[in-house]
Amino acid sequence: MLSYVGRRVLQSVPLLIGVSIIGFALMHLAPGGPLAVYTLNPTITNQDIERIRVVLGLDQPVHIQYLKWASGMATGNWGFTFFGGRPVLGVILERMSATFLLMGSALSLAILIGCTIGVLGAIRRYSVFDMMATSGAMVALSFPTFWFGLMAIYFFAIKLGWLPSGGMYELGEEDNAVDLMRHLVLPVMVLALVITAIWSRYTRSAFLEVMHQDYMRTAKAKGMRAPARLLRHALPNALKPLIALLGIELPALFSGALVTETIFGWPGMGRLFVDALNMKEYPILMGMIMFTALFVIVGNLVADVLIALLDPRVRL
Amino acid sequence: MEAAPAVLAARNLRVGFRIPGGVMQAVDGVSFELRRGETLGLVGESGSGKTLTSLALLRLLESPPAELSADGIDFEGRDLLGLSEGAMADLRGAGLSMIFQEPMTSLNPLMTIGRQIDEPLVRHLGLSKRVARERTLDLLRRVGIAGPEMAVRQYPHQLSGGMRQRVMIAIALACRPSVLIADEPTTALDVTVQAQILALLRALQEEMGTAILLITHDLAVIAETAHRVAVMYAGRIVETGPVAALFEAPLHPYTEGLLRSIPRITRERGGDLPEIPGVVPAPGALPAGCAFAARCGFAVAECQELRPVLEPMGGGREVACWRPRHG
Amino acid sequence: MVEPLLRVEGMRTHFPIVSKLLRRQIGVVKAVDGVDLAVMPGEVLGIVGESGSGKTTVGKSILRLIEPTAGRVVFEGQDMIGLPAGEMFALRRKMQIVFQDPMSSLNPRMTIGRILAAPFEIHGVARGADLRGLVSDLLRLVGLPEEAAQRYPHEFSGGQRQRVGIARALALRPRLMIGDEPVSALDVSIQAQILNLLKRLQGELGLTYILISHNLGVVSHICDRVAVMYLGRVVESGPREAIFFDPKHPYTEALLAAVPLPEPGRRRVHAPLAGDVPSPANPPTGCAFHPRCPRAMGRCSVEAPMPVALAGGHVVACHLHGGRDGGARTGGSFWILFFKKEVVSFFEKKETKKLHPFLFRVERSVDGCSRMWDVAYCSRCRC
Repeated sequence: MLSYVGRRVLQSVPLLIGVSIIGFALMHLAPGGPLAVYTLNPTITNQDIERIRVVLGLDQPVHIQYLKWASGMATGNWGFTFFGGRPVLGVILERMSATFLLMGSALSLAILIGCTIGVLGAIRRYSVFDMMATSGAMVALSFPTFWFGLMAIYFFAIKLGWLPSGGMYELGEEDNAVDLMRHLVLPVMVLALVITAIWSRYTRSAFLEVMHQDYMRTAKAKGMRAPARLLRHALPNALKPLIALLGIELPALFSGALVTETIFGWPGMGRLFVDALNMKEYPILMGMIMFTALFVIVGNLVADVLIALLDPRVRL
Repeated sequence: MEAAPAVLAARNLRVGFRIPGGVMQAVDGVSFELRRGETLGLVGESGSGKTLTSLALLRLLESPPAELSADGIDFEGRDLLGLSEGAMADLRGAGLSMIFQEPMTSLNPLMTIGRQIDEPLVRHLGLSKRVARERTLDLLRRVGIAGPEMAVRQYPHQLSGGMRQRVMIAIALACRPSVLIADEPTTALDVTVQAQILALLRALQEEMGTAILLITHDLAVIAETAHRVAVMYAGRIVETGPVAALFEAPLHPYTEGLLRSIPRITRERGGDLPEIPGVVPAPGALPAGCAFAARCGFAVAECQELRPVLEPMGGGREVACWRPRHG
Repeated sequence: MVEPLLRVEGMRTHFPIVSKLLRRQIGVVKAVDGVDLAVMPGEVLGIVGESGSGKTTVGKSILRLIEPTAGRVVFEGQDMIGLPAGEMFALRRKMQIVFQDPMSSLNPRMTIGRILAAPFEIHGVARGADLRGLVSDLLRLVGLPEEAAQRYPHEFSGGQRQRVGIARALALRPRLMIGDEPVSALDVSIQAQILNLLKRLQGELGLTYILISHNLGVVSHICDRVAVMYLGRVVESGPREAIFFDPKHPYTEALLAAVPLPEPGRRRVHAPLAGDVPSPANPPTGCAFHPRCPRAMGRCSVEAPMPVALAGGHVVACHLHGGRDGGARTGGSFWILFFKKEVVSFFEKKETKKLHPFLFRVERSVDGCSRMWDVAYCSRCRC
């Protein structure tokens, strides 16, 4: 198992290098190059730009630039932002905690509810509950996230005034957990709604498939009662495809958070990305691309290891 | 054998499926008795309803779509149809067990062999996990698995087909059931392994006195294992009797045709095999008379119009035919 | 003397086992490992064996549906292995295969008529009205009504679909037809219909069959000669009567003893064969059957027996037969393994990788024999 993880980590190195080269190339091919943002500023002269170019090392050959940047990445020096000159890694980590709080709450809530709905739907297929769950999921999936976000803000923040419409804290309440929870409710609700819809569908079909397997009939013929059959026999088997899906979908879920974070002004990675894009903050964008790639790799690795732990047939 | 009391009796068992414009009767009034310590072979071709019958007895059919009805399924003095689902679950795997055709897929791939055999022991006998494991080791030894200490820690994919079927038998016999239903237990196995499994079933039956309902399409397996036979055709039993008499002188033309169409290993190579012309009628489109009439070489006008019912013919034999052979 | 229609010599079909992660070959499944067969024109050869015996792979390798790793397949005097695609295409007309499950080999979206017309169109034999005529001839030949041409595979029962499969195989009037478990999926009453059909067609069209089956009753009913396979090798072959009533190999004996008879009261005398068929990925050393063999000797676990010809075209590969007083080796030259100066084993192929170079020595026999041949074994090669 350990050697498997080791090999997988080693295998991911070329992948990361590939991603970084593509990302680096894209930034350089972008219209105007990395310094495009300065050309828009009338107070900066051409000489200034030339000076910045030299200072930032952009006059050197591309491969030297890349190697310098890459060695910096490897040693934890992710560069500094154009505006404010703050360390990129610090900025990303700061935003990450906010995103993890939002995503983590939404995801746990959604998987809990979604899986329950899915399992109940699979057990009582074509029942009224199943029909309602199915059509509910379809509705949730067919409206865009921002619409739900705006509706939530309109009703709960503006009309009813129960909850704040955006942000993470009221000013001066940075350490108040209750205030944080109040701010968390709406974005988590909106984000969880869509994930719940997706995961109830996944769970339902995973369970339906498992429940028609021969070993489920064997379990029934042994006299096992429904809860034992469900928990001990169906669940581990149904979990396998779901874990694999989670490994693949996790990064996609993060990009889903992007819209939600933007609407609710949540200071997370999604908003950081949107802001950096608008301001052509290339160091941050590059850092985030690398961060996402790393996240995808780790997510898949964890999913594969979990599946291997669950299924003895998977040889590592 | 005659004197032994019936442990399981089905009376007018019917299984239907709702289809557009009616009900398709796949099992149509099957009655039989299974006596203590005997093996009753239920033989039939695909579509005869033999597997549905076996699943119906344990109430393992999913309903809907299946609709199960009977005048009674008596097991040790109780009518299984009247039991709650909970009471039925208490019986399954305890008094009434089943093994299936596909040993490859009938075991949970993610659970060790040991845990899968422990389960019914803990569930029905209330044993602690430690005591159950000891019983499991003993059971594995009894079904002929060498090195049970290692087998309990293995997963199904690490065992061969024959070994998996032995494990299925261990699970089914764990709580010493009085009835074992074996649905094509050797069909997926090689012939040398089939011989092992049939010998094992016979030995365990002698030891435990379990009554076995053996469902198969293979008349040779019946001849080797069963005491009595019931031949099914198109959802009904057409003939039943002691195995020796029925194979020696079949009464129903269908039984006779089946027996004659088996290719046998004989020194002189025979000419053409006697075949039964035509195909089994679809369950939704059964004729008014005898379902076999269209394929029968002895059919008369009566056969097309009136459905024959099982009539006693002496010697413990019954046949549903207007023109029985050797009669 | 009549030449065989088909001769298979030293066929090996090996499949690599590739590790999932690094795509490295970590082993090999020797599905077919040195098979010799000969089929005379107009003859029905049965190949029997349990799962893992390689009988299906032999059938597919003969047609090069699976490319054999080594060996020769000589059809009408021509070695097919290595034949370019164009010539192979022409040869394929003369040899056809029928599979166990006709449903999966019939395109569900094509009518029976289209399915049966395809071979004619592919080989440019006929079109238009001629084609329709040929298709109805085929349907009549296998006992299906002419209206069947307008219907789809799912409208037919298993037996009728197998008739369609046979009709398609017969379309181009092949000389050789391989049946891979053609009746195994059918009910016994339908099985008899198809067996009778196969027999009738053989007589009418002068066909040569190779019938691959696990069902000994079916094989004994229809075959002239039988080859018994175990773990990739033919352990015994010969005329039908010899195999079924005078078997020489303990495996053949055990296989026959295991067949249940539809005659109550005739219970088995022998104890059933113990154990399972081993995995072809990891076959036992020496004779592959020795771990299950009731008559295994010390020699059986180290030395693979060579096929030995007995009287009447009966060939058996077993150390019980063809010792000092036995028959002759059938093959050509082979490899001899020496431990110091002792002969330890014989190989058909040089296999030295695993051996210690100072203790073991391998030499090729000259003309089927060697000067260094141990005298005790010399009678086996008649030198």
